Amino acid sequence: MSVTVEKSPEIAPPPVLRQRGQREVFCGLTGIVWLHRKMQDAFFLVVGSRTCAHLLQSAAGVMIFAEPRFATAIIGERDLAGLADANEELDRVVGELLARRPDIRVLFLVGSCPSEVIKLDLSRAAQRLSRNHDSVRVLHYSGSGIETTFTEGEDACLATLVPGLPVSTDGADLLVVGALADTVEDQFRRLFAAMGVVRVGFLPARRAAEPPSIGPHTRFILAQPFLAETARLLAKAGLKRISATMPLGAEGTRAWFTAIAGALDIPPSRVQEVTEIPYRRAESALRRMHAHLSGKSIFFFRDSQLEIPLARFAANELGMRLTEVGTPYLHRALIAEDLARLPTGITLSEGQDVERQLDRCRAIRPDLTVCGLGLANPLEAEGLTTKWSIELVFTPIQGFEQAADLAELFARPLRRRARLTV
Amino acid sequence: MQLALWTYEGPPHVGAMRVAAAMRGVHYVLHAPQGDTYADLLFTMIERSKTRPPVTYTTFQARDLGADTATLFRDQVRDAAERFKPEAMLVGASCTAELIQDDPGGLARSVGLAIPVIALELPAYQRKENWGASETFYQIVRQLAAVGDAPAESAPGPSCNILGPTALGFRNRDDLAEITRLIGRLGIRVNVTAPLGASPADIARLPFADFNVVLYPEIARQAADFLQRSAGQPCTRIIPIGHAATEAFVREVADLAGVDPAPALAPAEARSPWYARSVDSNYLTGKRVFVFGDATHAIACARVAARELGFQVVGLGTYSREFAREVRKEAELYGQEALIADDYLEVEAAITRAAPEIVLGTQMERHIAKKLNIPCAVISAPVHVQDFPARYSPVMGYEGANVLFDSFVHPLMMGLEEHLLHMFREDFEFTTDASPSHLGGAGLAVADAAGLAAQAPADSEASLAGPAWADDAEQEVRKIPFFVRSKARRNTEKYAEMHGIARITLDTLYEARAYYAR
Repeated sequence: MSVTVEKSPEIAPPPVLRQRGQREVFCGLTGIVWLHRKMQDAFFLVVGSRTCAHLLQSAAGVMIFAEPRFATAIIGERDLAGLADANEELDRVVGELLARRPDIRVLFLVGSCPSEVIKLDLSRAAQRLSRNHDSVRVLHYSGSGIETTFTEGEDACLATLVPGLPVSTDGADLLVVGALADTVEDQFRRLFAAMGVVRVGFLPARRAAEPPSIGPHTRFILAQPFLAETARLLAKAGLKRISATMPLGAEGTRAWFTAIAGALDIPPSRVQEVTEIPYRRAESALRRMHAHLSGKSIFFFRDSQLEIPLARFAANELGMRLTEVGTPYLHRALIAEDLARLPTGITLSEGQDVERQLDRCRAIRPDLTVCGLGLANPLEAEGLTTKWSIELVFTPIQGFEQAADLAELFARPLRRRARLTV
Repeated sequence: MQLALWTYEGPPHVGAMRVAAAMRGVHYVLHAPQGDTYADLLFTMIERSKTRPPVTYTTFQARDLGADTATLFRDQVRDAAERFKPEAMLVGASCTAELIQDDPGGLARSVGLAIPVIALELPAYQRKENWGASETFYQIVRQLAAVGDAPAESAPGPSCNILGPTALGFRNRDDLAEITRLIGRLGIRVNVTAPLGASPADIARLPFADFNVVLYPEIARQAADFLQRSAGQPCTRIIPIGHAATEAFVREVADLAGVDPAPALAPAEARSPWYARSVDSNYLTGKRVFVFGDATHAIACARVAARELGFQVVGLGTYSREFAREVRKEAELYGQEALIADDYLEVEAAITRAAPEIVLGTQMERHIAKKLNIPCAVISAPVHVQDFPARYSPVMGYEGANVLFDSFVHPLMMGLEEHLLHMFREDFEFTTDASPSHLGGAGLAVADAAGLAAQAPADSEASLAGPAWADDAEQEVRKIPFFVRSKARRNTEKYAEMHGIARITLDTLYEARAYYAR
């Protein structure tokens, strides 16, 4: 388990600590939990094991009421022994499912660790099933833990949608890439309209069967930092990416809109004018949070790849003191703007040996630790204050109006600890 | 391939984790990809465990598959032994690692640790969580129990082991406290409790007790059978859930120990029998109950419901296929065919068909019941954060019988409330279409009532085909309380069809009622 400290030639970037050991993180299947809420005409069928089904239900928690729009085709002994042709079995299961759910327009076959190890060809299965079921588009991506880490599942899912985006000369001028809560999407649409950007597409669209169209003139921007493969495919399709900070916080969001305006030849004064009111609102709300958070130290365990943009927000807009910022992968190009705004004197870590990261966290004893659900209570029991990182993925945190909500996610655990007398 | 929306049990390695996390001084190295680390949150979030489960995952990736996953595994075993210093090491594979066939047992032994290494073979594509827990506990006992040794010093008096409680077990923590106290009253010493709280050294001492108390057969029967065969220790068969079963259990334990059962019979805190006989409980008579859960809790709770509360069991089932035989036999006692299923849609359909007045089930059935607007009490795993209440809340022993009385009765309308509703149901302020306020369906019921007034025969309960309802019969059937109305309607229609009656009149309604009278 080697440790390398990389010194990069850029302008004094923080050193990156790379370790290899146990990684404590969800696999890409977890993305289904928010993606199925976003795309209401889509169904996600994991082809995997009982573990996959158990993971999804544990991560999805209480959303048991309705019949969910995701399920697992659990591979059994017979499928492995070759007694049952796995493809025939899959066709049968999909047939059952589609008969039950005639409202489904797009079906994602989601690969898992076991389906990949046994080399079940889900892309061929998807083609075959698309042919056999007229009204349903069947797509495939991998959410397996041997290929994908947590939010990379969304990346894989969106990447599989890219080739299906209709191409037209009157396609969108702007494509916003990354699942956002509907309320955030609506807020952004209003701001775009006020800026004069009319033809805006969002990927994923609310209805997967109605994807946004693109053209050679389309510019795209990421609303989530973890979409490396999707960005690569869009670039390959000839779309130019707009580089910006992630739309987190008042500054981050304004910089995001400003970058878009710059790319679409909208005068900066227009952006200033359109964003002024929400920016002021966000800024004054953040100023109030500043009092609770300024000077507090924060430690990020690696989890969602949102860590670096979040760290930028925490340091620059809340005055928090960064200690270690962990990330599963450091895609420098995609988060260049956030990375460049990080203060000096921090540790970036990529990859993970969770035991040693815990040792470092215990030694630092930060005021707030952002970590996964498996670590939070044990660290609280050791007297540390924690924030579940998964909430930063599930909660709407992007945009001006959510800036204070995001700050509140950091402030509440601290306030709560101060309030309790037991 | 099986289509699963929700599952009752996790994979078998989660069962192994429940055993490992319950014990002290063991560490489990699991050959598994990173996604499998989700299982940690079951313990830290659901049970609010203050420590991470003692599990190291190798978290191999696709790129390792071509290279050397075996070395990765050996390194993790060595590192975990060094960091955590366990007294015994469990090693095994999760579903994905099972496919790459690295032989965790052989690899771990080749590391040459100075502690016992227990290799677990848990076939992930055939078996499930409880089986995994049972097998793990059995392997630990088989390899660590000092069968044939004599205790260093023998304590006086009869002694027993308590077997079965694990981490993430349904009310295991409080059941154990209750049963330990009960056994203490008989003057019997508890030699070892396992897996919960036991160290490998404790497991070694298991054979030194006179007999074993098996609290959860799903977990401990296999180990207890082994100890019976190898160490000659008999074990208990009665599960002390409910008042009568607790008394029978006390007699069984006293008999095995050769002591007088009296000190643990009819204690003052045993309130449930009197509560059941008190007049207010009259309204509980014949309440239709549907019971579903693991085999142990389903069987025991059906008995309590039928014999100690006077309910009528209209459905009994389990997801524990390993215990299907026992549940089938039990269901016959109630004139029912047992439902053996791990497909929650199938369970939902069965509950809908049986039209119970209360459901005793797992968290899944709680949601099904909520959807169907039927009261429900949770009696079994799979566990939820609510199944680890801050207060003392066993389901075993006398206090457990009290807890069950409350749990089964509180979701129902209280007797007096129900009586008053009957008395006043013809008053205009009351409408029998209003569902009980605690079920939160008031708004819905009002809308439904309005709809009924507007278009009488086309309400949601009326079947599309089948006999027509005369107006007076229709008016009459609506006087029946909502929670049995659809059943009455169906029975009347069934009766009408059987007798070739095309139009249901008041008389048909009452003839049918007489026909189906209990």
